[in-house]
Amino acid sequence: MSDRDLGPAVTRRTVLKTTAVTGVGLIVGVNLAGCASAPAIAADGDLSPDAWLQITPDDRVIFQLDKTEMGQGVITSLPTLVGEELNLDPARIHIHLAPVHPRFQDPIQITGGSTSIANRYQPLRQTGAAARDMLIAAAAERWSVPALELELEDGAVHHRRSNQSARFGQLAEAAARKPIPKNPALKPASEFRWIGQSVPRTDRVSKSTGQAAFGIDVGLNGNDIPHLATAVVVRAPRFGAELLGFEAQEARKVPGVIDIMAVRTGVAVIAEGYWPARQGAGKITARWSEGPLKGLDSAGIEAAQRRALDEQKGRNARNDGNFARAAAQAQRVIEAEYVIPHLAHATMEPMNCTAWLHDGICDVWVPTQGPDVVQAVAAEAAKLPRDKVRVHSTLMGGGFGRRGIPDYAAEAVEVARLAGRPVKVLWSREDDMRHDFYRPATCNRLRAALDDKGQVSGWEHRLVGPSIIGTLIPDFLGALMPTWVPGGVTNVLGRAGGAVIRGRDSSSTEGAADLPYAIDHVRVESIVDDPGVPIGFWRSVGHSQNAFVVESFVDEVAHAIGADPLTFRLERLAEHPRHLATLKLAAEKAGWGQPASGRSQGIAVHESFGSVVTEIAEVSVENGRIRVHRVVCAIDCGLVINPDIVRAQMEGSVVFGLTAALKSKVTLEDGGIKQSNFHDYDLLRMDETPAIDVYFVDRDAPPTGVGEPGLPPIAPAVANAVFAATGQRLRTMPLKLA
Amino acid sequence: MVEFELNGVARSVDMPADTPLLWVIRDGLRLAGTKFGCGLGLCGACTIHLDGRPIRSCATPLAAAAGRRLTTIEGLGSGSAISDLHPAQQAWIEGSVAQCGYCQSGQIMATAALIDANDDPSDAEIDRALAGNLCRCGTYPRIRAAVRRAAELKRGGEVVVQNFDPNVAVAPVGGLPA
Repeated sequence: MSDRDLGPAVTRRTVLKTTAVTGVGLIVGVNLAGCASAPAIAADGDLSPDAWLQITPDDRVIFQLDKTEMGQGVITSLPTLVGEELNLDPARIHIHLAPVHPRFQDPIQITGGSTSIANRYQPLRQTGAAARDMLIAAAAERWSVPALELELEDGAVHHRRSNQSARFGQLAEAAARKPIPKNPALKPASEFRWIGQSVPRTDRVSKSTGQAAFGIDVGLNGNDIPHLATAVVVRAPRFGAELLGFEAQEARKVPGVIDIMAVRTGVAVIAEGYWPARQGAGKITARWSEGPLKGLDSAGIEAAQRRALDEQKGRNARNDGNFARAAAQAQRVIEAEYVIPHLAHATMEPMNCTAWLHDGICDVWVPTQGPDVVQAVAAEAAKLPRDKVRVHSTLMGGGFGRRGIPDYAAEAVEVARLAGRPVKVLWSREDDMRHDFYRPATCNRLRAALDDKGQVSGWEHRLVGPSIIGTLIPDFLGALMPTWVPGGVTNVLGRAGGAVIRGRDSSSTEGAADLPYAIDHVRVESIVDDPGVPIGFWRSVGHSQNAFVVESFVDEVAHAIGADPLTFRLERLAEHPRHLATLKLAAEKAGWGQPASGRSQGIAVHESFGSVVTEIAEVSVENGRIRVHRVVCAIDCGLVINPDIVRAQMEGSVVFGLTAALKSKVTLEDGGIKQSNFHDYDLLRMDETPAIDVYFVDRDAPPTGVGEPGLPPIAPAVANAVFAATGQRLRTMPLKLA
Repeated sequence: MVEFELNGVARSVDMPADTPLLWVIRDGLRLAGTKFGCGLGLCGACTIHLDGRPIRSCATPLAAAAGRRLTTIEGLGSGSAISDLHPAQQAWIEGSVAQCGYCQSGQIMATAALIDANDDPSDAEIDRALAGNLCRCGTYPRIRAAVRRAAELKRGGEVVVQNFDPNVAVAPVGGLPA
């Protein structure tokens, strides 16, 4: 299945629901799972916990955001879809961050895989359109006029001929009693007023004035939680090491330290604030078991991966034709080995979570990409049923896949339960760096068979690395299973994260097995070798590394047969019009073949999460230092909902990808992570950031992903440019010149 | 007891003198706009002004503030109109700089200190002032543009922001207790 097959949810069964209860106005809910009951009303008459849209009698239009906001802009782009159908400026829509609710699960309530817009494009427009039709029906009845003569403008329904108007709020109660239209007509694209425009980000003011509240800010800024304490946890020096005992006498003397206790992840120091907690933690002497990874380092992992490639045969993720025969008949076979390191997410906001068990319930305030996964692990940690756990999602100071793993929430709930009071567990940067779920390290061997006509007849890619799904299921995702999983877990996960989590764990081969080039004999083989380092989803997941490997080796092959890298791609992607369109657009805008004086160009194209992106990097190499001056990015993501946000995602993906390409790697040393903070895990800085120009392929198709697809092509584009500049083929990230 | 001025208001704080200002501001004075990123002065998320100069509050002890003037993002500019904000904030809003937004208080404080001292900084001066402020979302191209724009606004340019709504500004705070 290609990413494209996973794209827009036009076939998804969307069942709109409304509820007519006096006092709450018009509520339009949705049922992604297709069950049959109507939305429930919260006891306080406020927004139904499972509704997307509520129009209250006091004339508020409220959109409940079931996706979580980590910078990718759903807080602006999703309400735009509803506002468009209501003919209402999205800036006028109030946003609530949604709780966990089964009706938001499709089938889990997760934000990832660049799926939010693709999956919500149709259902949210239907929601807005249904509300529109019901408001119109209510007004038509009230004024005894034909519905066709009514129009919506500025939050009111108008009948121009009789000069009558009513605010949405004035019609909400009556509208709620109208039948919900089964297939409300959607606005034709030619009439779009906000879709396709750069609607200003809803959060631009709060994020420029310090008012935006992240997880770390819970309990501050006037949101008081009585007796809230702060905890830090002293963690194991090696993965999998267990706490044998600890000495805390000195720590207890630190003013402000309230309590110290063993928890599953280490020793929790609970204090009146972060600083005394941290001071106390520094005085703890803990004894740990050796753990299963003692003595293991990154060089050992790499050596084991090479051995696996030498000795093992893995699963064929793809096997077209007969590569072995093509290689045997080839005039020439070129081969290369690419090595990919572990990487940390390093979100600017360190992991944190606030939990409070009281009155038989557990409140959890958490910056998370997966609120219902949090609910599942929190219930287990709180020793409460899931329906007694209330998850309050907050804004996230970055996610990038890290905040899809709920370890830090489970920990906070355990600490709060044992402490018997509300506690915010706040990780230090060092905790965050050393206890991440890393992008997997992989080793790749590639061979290309070149025939006597100088054509590429065969391509083989053998890669070894761990399986993300395989390692995560037992720990966290499995915690979700009992109450709602209808089938096997792989089945569910396959539908869950869309392009992130596939039915089979193809996260390690995505972007490799789906090699788009017209080559007759293609074999992609995946060997699973898990050294035991925690791994997880890192922005664009398998694509982030496989695009580097594949698009670098494509460049090698092009040079081997003496072809221009752009021409080589155009010729062998003739069957892929979207690839061609982005290649041509980027080449035209970048002036392919005519780099600025003293600079060299490199190109790469990659499809992921339903979108295709070409990037051309212009680099120079001076005194052994790689400098990226300019990046031209061309994306086909179907209909562009908000050009400015898509542009921002491309810029951000390029910078995120350049950090991986040029700066950072995580290394294992004696079973633990060596790096600890930004001095040894450096990120790209402003003075190293190139000019980034983003162009859209104009294509009238349902929208596809944008949060991740900008990342995969940048590393190979830079590596290919470095080759053009120096003749050095760099096959390891971060790129280092010899 | 350490006394200083914070955002124009005299404060006295009874916390250990070696407590980093970041935690005095956040946990002690309960102002959440200044962010914790690294704890070692490496990322700039905690940037505030001490007598108008940018400092890393996570690596500056409370004692250093005695008798001095502190400014955090909350004191930089606030109010019901865009014109009440500092030119750096105006430029940030105008350019939709923030993605996740977590580092932006620090980026804005670094920028404000720069242009308050020099309203026509060169590219090299901008790079020097901002290179120590990390952004994982990669908003650097917009930050660079916004610094230039902020300087322009400081010199008397007119801010262009449609739909400025300070009430939208504080929402949402997902599910926090009322």
